[in-house]
Amino acid sequence: MHWWLPLKGSTFAGEIDGLFLAILIITGIAFVIVELGLLWFVVKYRARPGRKAYYTHGSTRAEVIWTAIPAVTMVALGLISNHYWVKIKGRNSVPPNAYPIAIHAKQFEWQVTYPGPDGRLGTADDFEVRNQLHVPVGRPVVIHLTSEDVIHSFFVPVFRVKQDAVPGMNINVWFQATVPGTYELGCAELCGLGHYRMRAQVFVHTQEEFDAWMKQAAKGGATS
Amino acid sequence: MAHATATVDMMHPPAPAERGLDVYNNKLGMWVFLASEVMFFTALIGSYIILRFSAPGAWAPPGKVLNVPVTAFNTFLLICSSMTMVKAYAAVADGQTHFLRFRPFSGGLKFWMLATIIGGAMFVGVQAYEYTHLVHHGFLPSGAREGSEVAELVASGVVPAATIGLYGSTFYTMTGFHGFHVTCGVISMTYLYVTKALRGKYSRYDYRGVEVIGLYWHFVDLVWIILFTIVYLI
Amino acid sequence: MTTVAATSHVAHAHHDDRSFVRKYIFSTDHKIIGIQFLFVSLFFLLVGGLLAMQMRWQLAFPGKPMPGGGILPDTMAPGGVLLPEYYIQLVTMHGTFMVFFAIMPLLVGVYANFLIPLKIGAHDMAFPRINMASFWSALLAGLIMLAGFFVPDGAPRAGWTSYAPLSARPDLSGASYGQMLWCISLVFLGLSSILGSLNYITTIINNRAPGMTWFRMPLSVWALFITAILGLLALPVLSGAVIMLLFDQTIGTHFFDPVAGGQALLWQHLFWFFGHPEVYILILPAMGMVSDIIANGSRKPIFGYHSMVFAIVAIAFLGWIVWGHHMFMSGMNPTLGSSFMVSTLIIAVPSAIKTFNWMGTMWRGNLRFHVPMLNAVAFVAMFVIGGLSGIFMAATPVDMFIHDTAFIVAHLHYVLFGGSLFALFGAITYWYPKMFGKLMSERWGKVHFWLTFLFYNCTFFPMHILGMAGEMRRIYDPSQYTFLQPYQPMRVFITVSAYLLFATQLIFFVNFWWSLFKGKKAPQNPWEDNGLEWSLPAPAPHGNWETVPTVYRGPYEFSSPQVPEDYLPQYRKLPTDREPARAPVAGH
Repeated sequence: MHWWLPLKGSTFAGEIDGLFLAILIITGIAFVIVELGLLWFVVKYRARPGRKAYYTHGSTRAEVIWTAIPAVTMVALGLISNHYWVKIKGRNSVPPNAYPIAIHAKQFEWQVTYPGPDGRLGTADDFEVRNQLHVPVGRPVVIHLTSEDVIHSFFVPVFRVKQDAVPGMNINVWFQATVPGTYELGCAELCGLGHYRMRAQVFVHTQEEFDAWMKQAAKGGATS
Repeated sequence: MAHATATVDMMHPPAPAERGLDVYNNKLGMWVFLASEVMFFTALIGSYIILRFSAPGAWAPPGKVLNVPVTAFNTFLLICSSMTMVKAYAAVADGQTHFLRFRPFSGGLKFWMLATIIGGAMFVGVQAYEYTHLVHHGFLPSGAREGSEVAELVASGVVPAATIGLYGSTFYTMTGFHGFHVTCGVISMTYLYVTKALRGKYSRYDYRGVEVIGLYWHFVDLVWIILFTIVYLI
Repeated sequence: MTTVAATSHVAHAHHDDRSFVRKYIFSTDHKIIGIQFLFVSLFFLLVGGLLAMQMRWQLAFPGKPMPGGGILPDTMAPGGVLLPEYYIQLVTMHGTFMVFFAIMPLLVGVYANFLIPLKIGAHDMAFPRINMASFWSALLAGLIMLAGFFVPDGAPRAGWTSYAPLSARPDLSGASYGQMLWCISLVFLGLSSILGSLNYITTIINNRAPGMTWFRMPLSVWALFITAILGLLALPVLSGAVIMLLFDQTIGTHFFDPVAGGQALLWQHLFWFFGHPEVYILILPAMGMVSDIIANGSRKPIFGYHSMVFAIVAIAFLGWIVWGHHMFMSGMNPTLGSSFMVSTLIIAVPSAIKTFNWMGTMWRGNLRFHVPMLNAVAFVAMFVIGGLSGIFMAATPVDMFIHDTAFIVAHLHYVLFGGSLFALFGAITYWYPKMFGKLMSERWGKVHFWLTFLFYNCTFFPMHILGMAGEMRRIYDPSQYTFLQPYQPMRVFITVSAYLLFATQLIFFVNFWWSLFKGKKAPQNPWEDNGLEWSLPAPAPHGNWETVPTVYRGPYEFSSPQVPEDYLPQYRKLPTDREPARAPVAGH
């Protein structure tokens, strides 16, 4: 059983995991200060006969210090996080040469449409596969995400990628896979009875494997 | 109740030992309640504004589905009832709790309050008439009924098809809840009229109920003015 | 217009000759209404817990018949094996009951009602009959919600957040009447909340006793006051939203229906605009009561009283502009994601201020670990974990991974259970003597506390790990996913801990009920506290005081050099105290 985040499978994973770790360290310091502090006070200041508590209403200096330090820390964290946020999800974040795939989420499956050998969606050689996402490694891929019925959410843990699929909206989400292998995709928004089994397989291929798969799949037409 | 030797002015009571907002409880309570009503109508009206201005196409032009002249009259009626409410308040503040006096002609609380109730009830009546008329012609909360006159307006392009559903949804919800609030106001005011005003329980020293229901009444009128403008005129 | 110095308001002398029904059933006495809320809310807390126990069975032993599951109908659990549709009903109803019918009424319905007039020196609330209406509409709302289990097609199942279009379309969710009842129930609950807020706000502003200035009010009252304002302004938005949803479900409107121009995201914006202030409603009263208890247990004034008030106001104010952090992945404009991230990170600061001030209160104190103090200190320790885990989700890139995973479930249970519920265990014990004239058993209170603390952390801490692994929320059978299968032993561990946790609560319930009849008779001021309520006999009588007390100082004058005892009540007059400047008092 793995006690940390999953395998790093995309270019985002390193950045997101790094941010996670940074937050863990910051919150860890706060955690230790508070919990050890509480423990220490509980032991040191417990009531004993003849003791009296120290009568004070507070300290403005203390207030300033413990307001300023968290405030500065939060602002810094915000600036750093926003840098990555814009990079990953910003309006202009999708790399121009990203490989396009359309995913139409519906109760309870993922309909994946590939652009076919010509590499362009919306042309005659597009073909659809159910519940299988094949992507080439080392290339940006952009998913055009739509939904048939209710809100679903496209989630590939190893890519660290998540994006809700909303009926009536066409949303772009991009990633670049870094490690060939077979992974899983799950639906991360309660979408009804079959939400728990709205699963797909994700295949990260080398470019040659991907081309080979594409040729064979395009010929075979829609497969489930 | 205060066990005092002379009449206490309940409208401007002496401040309690710890000053609050220098407003007697019932009035403060109504202002607080109206704040919640503002939020309620903001949810409805705000949703309407968002839906309309990001709608997939144009909204029906004013007057094509709804009867603006009739509703304009209804608006006038409601504004008049706010005016009679003010008259009622002014009358009782001045101790004029009678119905009508002649020579000189003057209306008292009992007259103006009744006029307000009637105005409000007529407003609801006209709105009910408007609703039945609209439904009869095929305008529903879900949009246009198949085969109806409104459906023909849609088919002929006078009223955009893409937004007729939203048009119906927002129209009935907003005006319906407003009408519900007017109805509650009419019922409450009738209750106060019968149990308090007619029985002489209001005086220049204590007409809190009149002031409090008056606040509610003006609020409901204000909401209507906003609704009338954005739903019927724009 | 003449004004006259009226005599001070005298409560009717007490031979209380109201009938039993008027005294205890249809009561307008704020204390009785608070106790009514207490009994009903504890019932719903139990219901919420039972629903969770069933969920935990399925997660630990998927596909196995649940002990006792035989009593459930085949539409829910044929042969005792939970169906997926029943599981998501459990998920939905657990959240709904816990948020709306357990925690919120326990904090607000009980303690705003019971404490406010007592702690500010008033005879009752400003509008006692409206207060009574507030209780009965809450009860009605709870019964309507319960009815969802018994209607055709069963209980609602779109989550406690009821996202559209799933919640608007019975053909897509499988729930028809149940989903409608969810909406109708919340309309009545919203009404109850608004009527309550009316009372709390008006009473605190206008009905304070002589000398009870704003900055002499206990923090519990400040917190309840600010919470009441939040409720007043947030619940109506929920009412509007559920009415629109109900109309989409019933009369064919299209608010959330993308096919006809509606917007699915509109529901989320409306719901969370209410929903975020709601979670502050669920924590602020707890923080306020914890402040009172920690000052008492430390025998010291609250450290930084004014900062604490400022922090409560700041949390409430900022709480209105963070709602989008529930929607980072929703498809809304990413720029909004940036702005909500900033506001969310900033709201951590006033919570940090409060945490350090609680520690400052305990520092150099003379700490008494009575049961309420144990629970209050645990509140601080656990709330901090919940608050810190929130920072991970506030950082939007990290949220991309942990949104809608078990990490969020861990966070919300640390703040709502580790926070609010521990505070409630403390508060119930603390004000029990004033409510019922008896003391709860100190020994069993301590046993309950330690076992709860242990099993609670065993139950919820591992959920952080599951979330980090990527386990999604609201999943009936995680073993469908290969990457989640290795964590099955952890799910079993959580379930066993949860069962032990639930069983431990029996100790609290037995202690509560048994002490009502057989508990030790309570002295007037068992905790040697300073609040006005402790000047009254236990239980407090109808109308509270004949003449309201006068207040001479703030609420936290513990270990004051002015007196040899280590507490100095607000109402006690010392030779050096002056009477507050007193305007003539009106009757109302």
